[in-house]
Amino acid sequence: MPEESKGPESVSPLPEGAKAPSETASPDKPQAVPLTPSAEVKPLTGTASGASEAKPTEAAKPATPAPTAAAKPAAPAAAAPKPAATPAKPTGPVPEPWESELVTGLKQQYGSGILEASRYLGQRYLIVDSSVLPEILRRMREEEGFDYCVDITAVHYPKREHQFDVVYVLYSFAKNERIRVKTRIKDGEHVPSAVSIWATANWLEREVFDMFGIVFDGHPGLKRILLPEDWHGHPLRKDYDILQQDKEWVHINLGIESGQ
Amino acid sequence: MSDSTKLDYLDLDTKDKTFLDSTEMVLNMGPQHPSTHGVLRVILKLDGEKVMGTECVIGYLHRGVEKIGENRTYTMFNPYVDRMDYVAAVSNGLGYCETVEKLLNVEAPPRAQYIRVIMTELCRIASHQVWLGTHALDIGAITPLFYAFRDREEILRIFEKYCGARLTTHAFRIGGCIYEAYDGFEEDVKRYCTFFLPKLDEYEKLLTTNRIWVTRTKGVGILKPEDCIALGVTGPVLRASGVKWDLRKAQPYECYKDLDFDIPTGINGDTYDRYLVRIAEIRQSVRILQQAVERIPTGPIMAKVPKVIKPPVGEVYHSIEAPKGELGYFIVSDGSTQPYRVRVRPPSFVNLQALDTMVRGMLVADVVAVIGTLDIVLGEVDR
Repeated sequence: MPEESKGPESVSPLPEGAKAPSETASPDKPQAVPLTPSAEVKPLTGTASGASEAKPTEAAKPATPAPTAAAKPAAPAAAAPKPAATPAKPTGPVPEPWESELVTGLKQQYGSGILEASRYLGQRYLIVDSSVLPEILRRMREEEGFDYCVDITAVHYPKREHQFDVVYVLYSFAKNERIRVKTRIKDGEHVPSAVSIWATANWLEREVFDMFGIVFDGHPGLKRILLPEDWHGHPLRKDYDILQQDKEWVHINLGIESGQ
Repeated sequence: MSDSTKLDYLDLDTKDKTFLDSTEMVLNMGPQHPSTHGVLRVILKLDGEKVMGTECVIGYLHRGVEKIGENRTYTMFNPYVDRMDYVAAVSNGLGYCETVEKLLNVEAPPRAQYIRVIMTELCRIASHQVWLGTHALDIGAITPLFYAFRDREEILRIFEKYCGARLTTHAFRIGGCIYEAYDGFEEDVKRYCTFFLPKLDEYEKLLTTNRIWVTRTKGVGILKPEDCIALGVTGPVLRASGVKWDLRKAQPYECYKDLDFDIPTGINGDTYDRYLVRIAEIRQSVRILQQAVERIPTGPIMAKVPKVIKPPVGEVYHSIEAPKGELGYFIVSDGSTQPYRVRVRPPSFVNLQALDTMVRGMLVADVVAVIGTLDIVLGEVDR
């Protein structure tokens, strides 16, 4: 299934990539624009806002200048090395740069510490370097008015060098705005705790530690929260299979061979 | 005579300090305690009957919902979310469907939006009824439980007629609703509203001015607005502390912007105010129902969504106002049929964290009241 799904995307971005960024958030537009050369296909793909199974492949083939025979074997090879991390220009909307006073202020102060400031489907996010993360979070809380830390979570991309995205969802009651601050860290790298900034970070960080094994420096009591304390492994890492479990723990504590 | 007793007392005090100094005691409350609403274990550090500190031990109901989400398709994961906050299953489903819709960049058609709002508001009432019944039962008032569950039955009947299920409804699909409102849906909802308002007065007659109820709840578990915000507490608990914030108003979703309703707020942020706020919220929900049911437009109930849902690469955080607070979903798509990551931001989990702040310095009996007033569902806390 994943191979099948990667196929159409890695083929279609060639014609689309050039025009898509200038478009607005509507998904239909970037799709319809590149497909104009092949007139018969246009009404078909225009109706589906997400990518339907067969149509994009069908549509992309005539649009691609390369012969179809050459494009086909190339597609899985290109998709294989980094399937998730590649920002393969999708059939849908594309993140657009987000410019505002807040971003320019941050960029002035932290320069290259701000890796990206974008907006996707109307939602704004910042990607910042982990070295400036605590300062930025504190600034968000104290100067920019993001007084409510909605959520802290992480995403695991095992094929990237910086394997983890740590995501902070912040909200400002005064501005009625929500933004996400993301940082990328390597496996084993520590993140400074945000408990001193928002008290709510306590349990949220414990959960991230429990599920991903990411250590938060300066956390008042970093220990597992949902799983038993002596459990081995961090289940939301991608290398942790859905059926995997700590057999030893299950055997000792439940007296059974397997929980499955 | 009085002098001699005084002397005795003083002697005891100076001679044997431990006799009067109570030592700190650690007491386990739960995980099988009837008033912890499931399997919550609270370790209480007590000085006599005074709570010096608490620690929550959770995770007994952990099923790995987020991991399951990564291993199921978008459509297959939809029924799973109902099992988190199982007393407000409709809200969970709404939040999930809306988030995936956002990722797909589609919007449910107006008719579907109205049906969704009606179902969700009914669900909010049902959830608050469960809260009222169990919360009052914890404190010692048995009658409200029977009253609340009797009236909740009528809502479950509407749910059952609409989608065949009473508890884990799976009422909505990505892109809209799959079930058309059945014949007489509007009449049933209208009938419920007229039937229910006098019943709500009955609840209030039992509790609002009841002396025992007021004594047990007033001034108990006070949460200041700044503490609420720092702790990320949302929902009725936040509003009872005086912060007028409701996602239905702040960032309207579905057709809430067309409906007229108020956000009830409290003043003191204690258990009694939280009770009043929830009761007032039920009244507002009835108001929303009465308006929405008159205005259901005709038209399709499903947006144009592909049969196989494959959102483009990207990530989205979207949240709704669930009966317990801000219920958020953070979904990362890698362009395949399965979500790359599903994160649920559960209101119960975050609200439960405030327990320690609320019960410090109170009595053991107040812990029971505070757990009840937080309105947690352990299925959602542990996921």
